[in-house]
Amino acid sequence: MNARGVVLAGVGGQGVVLASAVLAEAALQSGYEVKQSEVHGMAQRGGAVVSHIRYGEAVASPVVPLSSADVLAGFEWAEALRWMPYLRPGGALVVDARRIVPPGACRDHRRWGVPYPPLDPTTIAGRTGEVLLIDATGIASELGNAKAANSVVMGAVSRFLDLSDAAWEKAIARFVPPRTVDLNIEAFHAGQGADTLDPADVPELGLDPLPERHYHIDVNEEWCKDCGICPSICPEFCLALDDAHRLVVVDEEACTGCRLCEVLCPDFAIRITAPVEARGGAR
Amino acid sequence: MTTLAIETRERALLSGNEAIARGAWEAGVRVASAYPGTPSTETLQALVHYDGVDARWATNEKVAVDVALGASLGGARALAVMKHVGLNVAADTFMTAAYTGVGAGFVIMVADDPGMHSSQNEQDTRLYARMGLVPLLEPSDSQEAKDFTKLGFEVSERFDTPVLLRSTTRISHNRGIVTLEERQDVPVGGFRPNPAKYVMLPAYARGRHPVVLERLQRLVEYAAELVTEEGSDSKVGIVTAGVPYQYVKEVLPDARILKLGMTFPIPVDRVRSFAATVDKLIVVEELEPFVEETLRAAGIDVEGKAYFPRTGELSPDLVHDGLAALGLVEPRSTGPEPPTTVVRPPLLCAGCPHTVPYWSLKRIGATVTGDIGCYTLAALEPLATMDTCVSMGASIGMATGLAASGGSDKPVVATIGDSTFLHGGVPALMDAVYNQANITVVILDNGTVAMTGGQEHPGTGRTLAGQETRAVDLPALCRAIGVEDLHVVDPYDVSATLRAIEQAMAYRGPSVVITYRPCIEAPVRIKDRPFWVDADACTACQLCMNLGCPAIFWTSETFEGRRKVTIDVDMCTGCTLCAQLCPPRAILPVEVDA
Repeated sequence: MNARGVVLAGVGGQGVVLASAVLAEAALQSGYEVKQSEVHGMAQRGGAVVSHIRYGEAVASPVVPLSSADVLAGFEWAEALRWMPYLRPGGALVVDARRIVPPGACRDHRRWGVPYPPLDPTTIAGRTGEVLLIDATGIASELGNAKAANSVVMGAVSRFLDLSDAAWEKAIARFVPPRTVDLNIEAFHAGQGADTLDPADVPELGLDPLPERHYHIDVNEEWCKDCGICPSICPEFCLALDDAHRLVVVDEEACTGCRLCEVLCPDFAIRITAPVEARGGAR
Repeated sequence: MTTLAIETRERALLSGNEAIARGAWEAGVRVASAYPGTPSTETLQALVHYDGVDARWATNEKVAVDVALGASLGGARALAVMKHVGLNVAADTFMTAAYTGVGAGFVIMVADDPGMHSSQNEQDTRLYARMGLVPLLEPSDSQEAKDFTKLGFEVSERFDTPVLLRSTTRISHNRGIVTLEERQDVPVGGFRPNPAKYVMLPAYARGRHPVVLERLQRLVEYAAELVTEEGSDSKVGIVTAGVPYQYVKEVLPDARILKLGMTFPIPVDRVRSFAATVDKLIVVEELEPFVEETLRAAGIDVEGKAYFPRTGELSPDLVHDGLAALGLVEPRSTGPEPPTTVVRPPLLCAGCPHTVPYWSLKRIGATVTGDIGCYTLAALEPLATMDTCVSMGASIGMATGLAASGGSDKPVVATIGDSTFLHGGVPALMDAVYNQANITVVILDNGTVAMTGGQEHPGTGRTLAGQETRAVDLPALCRAIGVEDLHVVDPYDVSATLRAIEQAMAYRGPSVVITYRPCIEAPVRIKDRPFWVDADACTACQLCMNLGCPAIFWTSETFEGRRKVTIDVDMCTGCTLCAQLCPPRAILPVEVDA
C-alpha cells in the first residue's frame, strides 16, 4: 500500500494537533509505519493550524506532497479552502460547517482586504471526490461539549480510512483528558454517522462587506481650543495633537464616520460631513 | 502542544524533541540545561519527566551551555538545548569549549527553523560547526534523532569535543515511530583539574588549537563510518542528510543516495569515491550550500543550489521540482489555483495583558523598539505599534541608540517581556542608565515565557521541575541598576497604564514602566465573568475592535451604515478592557445566575 496522507486544518484552539495525535496513534495501533508533521509557535495564537499524517507499510516524507492527500479535514470552512491544494483529485473533503471569522475580516477600511469566503460549494467544485459537510460543532454541543467537535470530525474522516474502531477508540482514550474519554468516543461515532448538510441550509453569516464610504473631518479652527478630547477618543487614530499641541487631522482616510469626536467636542468645533460613496462602489 | 508523558512501550510515536530527550536519557545524561525556543522547547519539557536527570531552564542559552560544560567537566554527561539563534547567544562559550574539550559527553542540541515558522532568521547551524571545528550530527527522523543523540555522547567522549546535534522544525515537530531502549548507567567521572586544558589563558589556548585541528582529521575519518549508501543507478548520485533525505526518498524511492549522518566534518574522500561511481553528483540540502561548497572546494564536480532553493524550507514538492529539472522524474502536475480564502494572521489572545501597553503607545505616539515574544504581534494591525524587532533583548540597546542618533521625531520607547528582559535585556538597561539614555523601557511582565507555551523563568519563582525557588524581583532589580523613574502598573487598568507610560515618557533620562498581569493562558488559563454587547446601545464606533481582541466580531446589524459588534462569550476572558473603553457603555458583564 502506498502511504496514505491526511491533512487536518483548523484554527488555534480547535484541537487540530490533538486530533492528529489520535489519528497517528490509531495508525500505529494498526501496525503501520506512521509520520506526523505539524508546526508550533505563531500558529497557536489564533492563526491557521495544519497537521499532516502519513501512514502505510513505509513512509518517507513526513509532509504530505501537494495534490496527494487522500482526506482533507477542515475544522472550519475557510481553513478547508486554504489547504485544498494538498487534496488529491478525487480525495475526500470533510468539513465542519462552522465558520470562524478572524477579527481582521471585521475591519471597515482598507486594512485587511479579503472578506470571509462564503460557504459556497461551487468554489471547490471539481476539486474533490466525496464532500462531507457536517455540523460537527453542533453535534458535539448536543453531546455536551462543543470542544469534542474535533472527535466528530475525526469520526467522519474515519469513513475514508482503513483503521478499525478499536484502534481509534484506543487512540482517543490515550490522548483526550481522562474525564472526556467517553464523550469523545461518543462524538467520534456520531461523526461516523453524521449526515451531510445541504450548504443551502447553513445560515449565512451576514457579514458581506458594506459599501466603502469616505468621510471628511471638518475642524473649525476658530472654535477649537486644542483640548485633546477628540484625539484621545478617535477609534481610528485619525486625529492627533502636534508638537505645538495643536489639533491636526493625520489620517482622514481611516475615518469610519462614527462621529465620536463630533459628539464629544465641548465646543462644537468638529463635524464629520456626509459619506461619499466609495470610489468604485462596493467591493 | 505535544503530549509529554513518558512512553513505556517498546515502540512509541515520538516527536523529534521527545526522541532526543529519550536518547539523552538512555545515554545516561545527568544534567540538561536550556532556554525555551521554538522549535526546541519540548526537549527539556520531556526530559524533566525522566528519573536521574537534573533538567533545568537557564536564564539564556549562554548560561545553558556554561552549565552543561561545567557539568561535563565534572564528569556527568550533559546536554544543552536551544533554537538556532540561541547558539548566537551561546557562541562565546561554544567557540572556546571546542578548545577545552569535555569531561564526560557533552551534546548541544540546536534546532534550526528553515522557513522561519517562528523565528526572526533562518541561519544554518552547520556554519557554526565549521567555525568552531566541532562535529555536527544531523538526524533525518525521530528514530535517528534518538540514535544520534546517544551517538553524540559517545563521539564527544571518544574525540574529547562538544558535539552539535542539528534538528530542524521538521525533525523536532514531527512524530515518528521510535524503538525504545534502557538507560545506560554512566557513573559521574569526577572533576579532574587540568589548567592547561580548562584555563584558556593565551599560553594554554595556543596549545589547544593544534589539538582541535588534529582531532578534526580523525573526525573526518570517523564521519565516513556514519555514511549510508543506497540504490544502484549509476547516472546521478545524490548526497543528502536530515529531512531532505526523506523528501528525496519520497520522490525517488530507488535513487542512488549517499546519506551523511555527520555533516561537519564531511567525509570528503568517501564522497569522492561515491562520485566516481556516478555520472553526475547532486547535493540536496536545506538552507546554505554547505555540503555543496565543501565538496566543490575539494575539487569534486557537484551541483545543488542550481536546482533547490537556498531560502525557506524544502518540501517533497520543491525536491520534486529540482529532480524534475535534472530530468530524473516527470514534472509534477500542478492543480488548479487555490480558492480565495481569508487571511488569518496570529493574534494576541483575548484578554492578553500586552494589549493595553501597545494601545497606549499608539495613542500617545512613540518610536517603539520591540523584542522577541508574543507581543511582537503588536507590529501587526490593528495595534501596529512596533517599529523594530531583531533579537532577544535588542529593544533596549536599540532604543538607546535611536535616541542617541537624534533621528526619531517621537520619543523612543523599548518594549520587552519579562523573560526576554532577564535573558538579554538587563545588561542593556544597565547601559541605558550608565549612559543616561533618554528612553522609556516598558517591561511587559506576564510571569511566564508565553511565546513558547508558558515556561518558567528566573522571575517566576518555579523551576522546570515545578519546585519553588527564589524569584527575581523586577522592580528591585531596576532600582538596583539605578532606574530613578520607575512605575509599576496593572495593564488591565487602561487609564492608569496610559498615564504611567505618558509620565515615564515625559521624564528626562531612562525610565521604566513595569506592566504586571499574569498571562491569560499560563501557568493557569484565566477565565473571569465574560462581557456582552448591548446592541441597542452600540454605536458601531469600533473602538473596541482596535484592541485586536479575537473575541470581538462584527454582527449583521448596523448603525449609521457601520457594523455593530458582538462578543464571543466562550472566548471572552472578562478582562474588561473593551468595556473600559466603550464610549456609549454598551459592553456589559454577563449577569450571573442567582
